Amino acid sequence: MKKNTLLEETASQTAGPYVHIGCVPNFAGLQTVTKTDLGNSLNIDAFGGQEITIQGKVYDGDGAPVLDALIEIWQADGFGIYPRGNTDIAMPSNAYTGWGRCASNLETGEFIFKTIKPGKVIFNQDQYQAPHITFWIVARGINIGLQTRMYFAEEAEANKTDPVLSSIKDQSRVQTLIAEETSNGNYRFDIHLQGAQETIFFDF
Amino acid sequence: MKRKDEMPNRFLPREKHSHPLAYYPDYKSSIKRSPQKELLKFPTTPSEESGPVFSPSIIGELDNNLILNHADDGKSAIGQRLLVFGTVRDQHGRPIPDTLIEVWQANAGGRYRHKNETYLAALDPNFGGCGRMMTDANGNYEFHTIMPGAYPWPNGPNSWRPAHIHFSLFGEAFAQRLITQMYFEGDPLIGMCPIVAAIQDEKAVERLIAPLVMEKTVPMDCLAYRFDVVLRGREQTLFENRPEGL
Repeated sequence: MKKNTLLEETASQTAGPYVHIGCVPNFAGLQTVTKTDLGNSLNIDAFGGQEITIQGKVYDGDGAPVLDALIEIWQADGFGIYPRGNTDIAMPSNAYTGWGRCASNLETGEFIFKTIKPGKVIFNQDQYQAPHITFWIVARGINIGLQTRMYFAEEAEANKTDPVLSSIKDQSRVQTLIAEETSNGNYRFDIHLQGAQETIFFDF
Repeated sequence: MKRKDEMPNRFLPREKHSHPLAYYPDYKSSIKRSPQKELLKFPTTPSEESGPVFSPSIIGELDNNLILNHADDGKSAIGQRLLVFGTVRDQHGRPIPDTLIEVWQANAGGRYRHKNETYLAALDPNFGGCGRMMTDANGNYEFHTIMPGAYPWPNGPNSWRPAHIHFSLFGEAFAQRLITQMYFEGDPLIGMCPIVAAIQDEKAVERLIAPLVMEKTVPMDCLAYRFDVVLRGREQTLFENRPEGL
């Protein structure tokens, strides 16, 4: 039976404190491989959706900001469509990429993404997911990349019927996934690795 | 019963035993940085079944040559010259073509080129430690580098990391996103490292240890190590799982 012939996954290991060298070399002061760090722009001008800015920090179990995290986002465009293979990421003239990468500030821990608000994304033929952005976090001390989602506070109705959010048993924790608009187009999304406000992380 | 049209896209659940524990107190940094609550399990959706696609045009000529890509003209990095090669596959053994791999490592003395690095080993002016490449149509990749040095780190009173190269892989969907480390066959420090020991399954640890492959060494030039990577596979339809002949 073919069932038993699955290969086993390669194990994850921590990205370590110097993840910048490989993933955002310019941020690390290395200009030799690339002039522009991958993912530092999502090319939002190529789409023309509703521009938004997301700022936040990753906090550890002592409530201290994590200063060596690398955060990636993956999201649909304003119509809820994920970019496909015809997107040349890092090619300036090309389409909206849907993928962003940001190292947290080495002194403050702050990360920032300039992107567009995603539309509702298909779940299956009968159902949509509320607008959301996938977050993926690695750092020293994180042995396997952590995945979570940011949803939008003003989408209360869509959030109520979202298949992922409604599967959460402890509904008091849902607020850890919901970002509020702090001012026009600016959202704050802090990620707590532990503690009373521990963010919900997913095993998709 | 799930509809047929959505089944082939779903990914198999992650194999917990193949991965390190998130909370592993011997690795001190994990104590305050690991979630304490259970991860929420949910089948993959189109948000995880899609992912960024990178154009091969982003890769520069020397991006996969760490011996030369930070070196002055006519110079090269100091250290044991290596060819690292392998294949990226999914759990069904299917090669994953045209996917981006990023690598980073310390220099031959065990020192990283990074502003937060304080180890007393010398920097090599001709070594940066960053490389990247795409897999070819058959999922194969290779790059040239130098053997990274082991280095001490502030975990216990006398902790040393085994020589390693960091790998970042995208696969073809965000569900497959992976960062890992490759170790070298025969390194006695592997068995003493708590970052490695966070993986409970010995077989999973063995798969992170690259063997020396004499047939791929280049005479009078470099040794060769093979590091194959397996990323999560998609669920298969019943049709594909049917034993042959039925």
